[in-house]
Amino acid sequence: MASVEVRNLSRSFGIHKALDDVSVRFDDGGFYALLGPSGSGKTTLLRMIAGFDFPNSGRIEMDGESVERVPLEKRQIGMMFQNYALFPNMTVTDNVAFGLEVRGLPKPEIQDRVKAALELVQLGTLGERKPHQLSGGQRQRVALARAFVINPRVLLLDEPLGALDKALRVDMQAELKRIQREIGITTIFVTHDQEEALTMADRIGILKDGRLVEEGEPEEIYNRPQTLFAATFLGDANILSGTWTGKAMVMADGTTIEISGAGNRKPGEAMQCAIRPERMQLAPGTAASSGNALTGRVIRKMFSGVSSTFHVETIGREIRIVVPNSTDTRLIDGDPVTVTWPADSTFPVA
Amino acid sequence: MNAVTRGLNGLGRLYVGLLLVFLYLPIIIMGLMSFNASPFYMLPIEWSTVWYETFFANSQLIAATWNSLFIAAITTVISAILGTAASLALYRYDFPGKPILTAALLPPIAIPWLITGTAMLIFFFGVGIGRGLHAIILGHVALALPYVIIVVNARLKTLAPELEEAARSLGANQWQVTRRVTLPWIAPGVIAGGLFAFAVSFDQFVVSYFLATPGQSTLPVEIYAAIRKGFTPEINAVSTIIIVLSMAVMLITARFYKFGGEQ
Repeated sequence: MASVEVRNLSRSFGIHKALDDVSVRFDDGGFYALLGPSGSGKTTLLRMIAGFDFPNSGRIEMDGESVERVPLEKRQIGMMFQNYALFPNMTVTDNVAFGLEVRGLPKPEIQDRVKAALELVQLGTLGERKPHQLSGGQRQRVALARAFVINPRVLLLDEPLGALDKALRVDMQAELKRIQREIGITTIFVTHDQEEALTMADRIGILKDGRLVEEGEPEEIYNRPQTLFAATFLGDANILSGTWTGKAMVMADGTTIEISGAGNRKPGEAMQCAIRPERMQLAPGTAASSGNALTGRVIRKMFSGVSSTFHVETIGREIRIVVPNSTDTRLIDGDPVTVTWPADSTFPVA
Repeated sequence: MNAVTRGLNGLGRLYVGLLLVFLYLPIIIMGLMSFNASPFYMLPIEWSTVWYETFFANSQLIAATWNSLFIAAITTVISAILGTAASLALYRYDFPGKPILTAALLPPIAIPWLITGTAMLIFFFGVGIGRGLHAIILGHVALALPYVIIVVNARLKTLAPELEEAARSLGANQWQVTRRVTLPWIAPGVIAGGLFAFAVSFDQFVVSYFLATPGQSTLPVEIYAAIRKGFTPEINAVSTIIIVLSMAVMLITARFYKFGGEQ
């Protein structure tokens, strides 16, 4: 196990910058998600840490030791591939034993470690099966066992749940987290699924166009994103723009919006702020109210089980409000409404 | 509409039937005639194994058969090893001239064997290799190599790159990756390529004819010589044995291929 630190890492393919000056620290024993849309550079970063590819510039350190020029087979990483890449000609046991055998470990030790690893992923009885005789979830467990049985310095997972169907994915999220806690290994996983990142990771790094846009703990980064991209990619957000007066933000139509934590903005500066749809309240009528409020009309209601999303048209803009279905809201399309929300749920984004 | 479809269906079946008759009838007749005691194909067939006995008593034909089998076996082994190595090199490495080399693999298959044979004869004499068993093997390997490379290449294209990457990430060196991951995957291709090589060599007449010396002849060359002297039904007997053997080999391989494949 080790901490991993990436410093000013860049990688170009021709004129395309896949990674652009990325620096990030992965703590020892942490569970880290690299989140971003396709083409954001998250997989490039993972493959660079693994050693499949080498950076044009920058450093990769494991426990302070520089490894960016160490070849893949010597880097002592455990990698789980999106399609699992199990060896089709070998049994489950042989797959898991592979990394130990090529290290030339004594047979009894290999047997013990393979057995322990298979038990940890709850596949103790399937050792003699071939990969094609396993279900998707079982294959994933084999791939995971094969990756961590060698006691790698860091465990790297490429879209670990991408190939599973929805119901299995939820189970495996909890299972992956349990296994990671149990072996306590530094783990970095790549995903484009924001829910997966929020559920599993201790820390999330958001990438866009080869740059690390933002990073932090799931709740912190969800509740108070610093950037417009993080606010909209990690869940939904209503974005309002206006001018900073020194005390509040004034929108073009004159509405004043109170915000929390304006930073060191100067009065007169243009700015944007974001509000999560579930932080807003909806009331029928257009009665004046204190605090942040906008009036408008319901234009669409989207029922989705636990909650409903109301689309409300206010002065020239559409706002989404998520209302839990435990409260009884009888609003229908066309009803005049007032949208209110607290100042401390209104955060500026860059 | 339905009647038309049915009519077309019938025509299709008739076509397939005729095709099979066209392919197999001569072979079946040859097989039957190899058991006919009459050297003039008199009917009705008078069952006899006399031509098989004649064949097994003909030391020259037997020697040529062993020669052919030996040459084909050596050709198979050499071209399977060299061809697989070449395929792996083309798959793994980028080197100057690789596209040209890859493109240059195909034309030899299309060049008539008569031309290749002549060229080989001239070249082998020019550089002092001469004629004989070694020259025949060399020639056959050269003919069979492109087939092996093409078949193994096709199989390598289906190898997911993640498999080799996974093996390397687990600490395996190049040789361990090749032996434990790559070779098991391409094994069916290597076997199929080897069979091609065997067939190319065992069937080969022109190149063998040019490069054979009187003492070191191959079966096709001997059959040709025998037919020129005057046809005897013992050739039917040899051919029947060869057909039965090659069909058996093909069937066994087909079964093996199925078990060795990914599914």
